[in-house]
Order: sequence, then C-alpha cells, then structure tokens
Amino acid sequence: MLPTPNLDHITSNDYENVYEPAEDTFLFLDALENDIEFLKNDVNPCICLEIGSGTGCVSTFLGQLLGDGSTLLLCTDINPFATAITVKTAIRNSIHLDAITTNLTSGLLPRLYHKVDILCFNPPYVVTSSEDVNSKNFIERAWAGGIYGREVIDRMLPLANDLLSSNGVFYLLVISDNKPDEICERMWRDYKFQFKISASRLAGREKQFILKFWRNQT
Amino acid sequence: MRLVVHNMLQCHVKGCDSNNFPLRLFDVELEIHEIEFNPQFLQSLLPKLDWNAFISTANQIGITSLPQALPEEIDEDFLKNLHRILFETHIMQGKMVCSNCSHEYPIKEGIPNMLLNEEEAEEEAEVEAEVETEAEED
Ligand SMILES: C[S@@+](CC[C@H](N)C(=O)[O-])C[C@H]1O[C@@H](n2cnc3c(N)ncnc32)[C@H](O)[C@@H]1O
Ligand SMILES: [Zn+2]
Repeated sequence: MLPTPNLDHITSNDYENVYEPAEDTFLFLDALENDIEFLKNDVNPCICLEIGSGTGCVSTFLGQLLGDGSTLLLCTDINPFATAITVKTAIRNSIHLDAITTNLTSGLLPRLYHKVDILCFNPPYVVTSSEDVNSKNFIERAWAGGIYGREVIDRMLPLANDLLSSNGVFYLLVISDNKPDEICERMWRDYKFQFKISASRLAGREKQFILKFWRNQT
Repeated sequence: MRLVVHNMLQCHVKGCDSNNFPLRLFDVELEIHEIEFNPQFLQSLLPKLDWNAFISTANQIGITSLPQALPEEIDEDFLKNLHRILFETHIMQGKMVCSNCSHEYPIKEGIPNMLLNEEEAEEEAEVEAEVETEAEED
C-alpha cells in the first residue's frame, strides 16, 4: 500500500474553504491503487483529468502511482481555494500537476475531446434541495448534490463521453441514494459504456461505490 | 499554468465559437520549474498538441526557438527544448484574452480561472435576491 499523500501543509482554516478528504476520498485511492497494473499496462495513460479535485489528494496519489512526470495530470475545481490547495498538495508530495478553476470542464472542451485516458470524479453526491447545489458556500457546494444527489453528476455524465479516449477509463464515486444502477444503465444506453463496481464500502448509513466505466471495444 | 495546459484551453463564452483558440496571453510573468525529462511521454503527447497554436503562443511570450512545423525527424535536442518550453515554463500571472469576443481569463498564482461572468453574475443575482427578501422581511 502506497502511503496516502502528505497533507500536513493544510491548516484547519483551509478546511473552512475546501473539502477535507474523507472516507469517499480514501475509497477512491483504494480503487485506483487496486487498478494500478491495469492502468499502467492496459490504459497506459497520457492525459488524466480529475474534476472537483478539492485538496488534490486523489490526483496527487494517482501521480505517485503512475510515476511523476509520466502523464499530464489536470485538475479542475469550481472553488478557487481548492485549485490553490490542489497545487500545494502536489508540490508537498513532489508531484507535478496543473489545476484550472472552472465549472466541470468548461474551457477544456473541445480540445480534450476523446483525449482523456483516466477521468476521475468524486462529485457532490449528498441528497439536498436544488438550491443548495448553487450555494455560495464552497463547503456546501462540495457535497450538495440536489435531488437524489444527482444534479451535478447528471450534468457531468455527457462530458465523460466527450472526454474519454478509446481505451480510457472513468471512475465515479456515488452513494446508494444516487441510484447507481440507473447511472450505469444510462451510460450503457446513451454511450455504450461498459461498467463495473470497482470498490464499495459502508460509511455509516451510507453505501459508497466507485463505478468504473470504459468504452465498449467492438 | 504551463504552456502545455494553455494549449488545451479555449474560450467558452456562449455563442463564441470561431477564432476562440488559442487565447492570447498578456502581462505574463514566467517562472521555470524543472521537471524530469521523459521523452516517451513527451512523444506520446505531441499528437495531442495543436502545434500552430503552440508556436504562436510561444512567440507571444518571446520564445522563438521553435520551428513553424513539427519536424519529421525528432532528435533529443529538439525534445529537450520542447520539454523546457511545454513542461517547465510556468505562467504565474497574467491574463488570457479571446481573439474573437475579447473575454479575459485571469491567471493568478499560476492558476487560470475559466469561470465566466455568467456564473459569477448568477451568484451575484442570488445575493441580491437574498438582500431583497431580507429587506422585505424588515
Ligand atoms: C466531494 S468533494 C471531493 C474533493 C476531492 N476530490 C476528494 O476526493 O477529497 C467535491 C468537489 O467538487 C467540487 N465541485 C463541485 N461542483 C463543481 C463543479 N460544477 N465544477 C467543478 N468542481 C465542482 C467541489 O468544490 C469539491 O471540491
Ligand atoms: Zn470568446
């Protein structure tokens, strides 16, 4: 087990503005680590993109797994505090990545059309009212997912189809409330993406899953 | 922001869909941060680069050591120079301006901000709405 990224540069003050890594984050790290041979040998990534990087823990870890400087690691977050801390986390762990403050992937398409080999998203997934999704409070925005916790996820799913390269993989964290079955069915129906549950765990009352998607190769 | 990332960004203002790439750089402050040379990775990235956009951007910030077209035969010296420009040259401050609609995207402390006024305006509208309801309650 590769040690998780060092986060000791982040203060409790910082965590008032950026999502603190939690069980969902660590489930993401586990899923990536379990897949490392597959990622290195079969995907052989050139461009990785994480949407909503928060502290940058996931992409930094991915950089450690793949080897620094062997891929382009791109991170976006709508929260400028998050992109700033993402860059610091990478530096703290001697990883090179690039962060962009934006809404999902705005500005990166069409340039990244079918060019992303590893796509990661730990979205705001908690069931809330629709208004909370556009909260001005960055912490609230980090978890507020609206109806079924699906409002941000549903905006992002079509982007996955635009972004993913022919042998790319897409990892998405969801909880039971998000109706994972329905997400998988939709990805198959609309984009012919294959899927499997890559990891899961019970966190309190909440069941968390990492869904993994890839293009049907026929 | 490194030049390789600049090569991936384009204006996304609604209705702005021609002549919106590459974004022109202004008032830039550059820094060089070294990173290990990885020719294999660099070669795999080359086909994903928009070379014309890259050359014109490099020219804008005074880098003129690159050929107008990607050479047929690529040697190590060429790759090392490319590595320096694409991966080690960071734009720390400045702005990117769309040639078509003139929208400005700031770069601060090395991070580009692609959020549109629209989104910001939406937030402001929400704040105003809140203020109004508060005023009504009073
Ligand atoms: C659940 S947190 C995950 C953070 C981090 N990846 C982790 O695993 O610890 C969700 C992140 O998505 C970001 N986010 C929410 N809506 C977004 C949007 N529309 N575009 C980009 N990022 C967004 C939040 O700011 C937050 O950092
Ligand atoms: Zn424009």
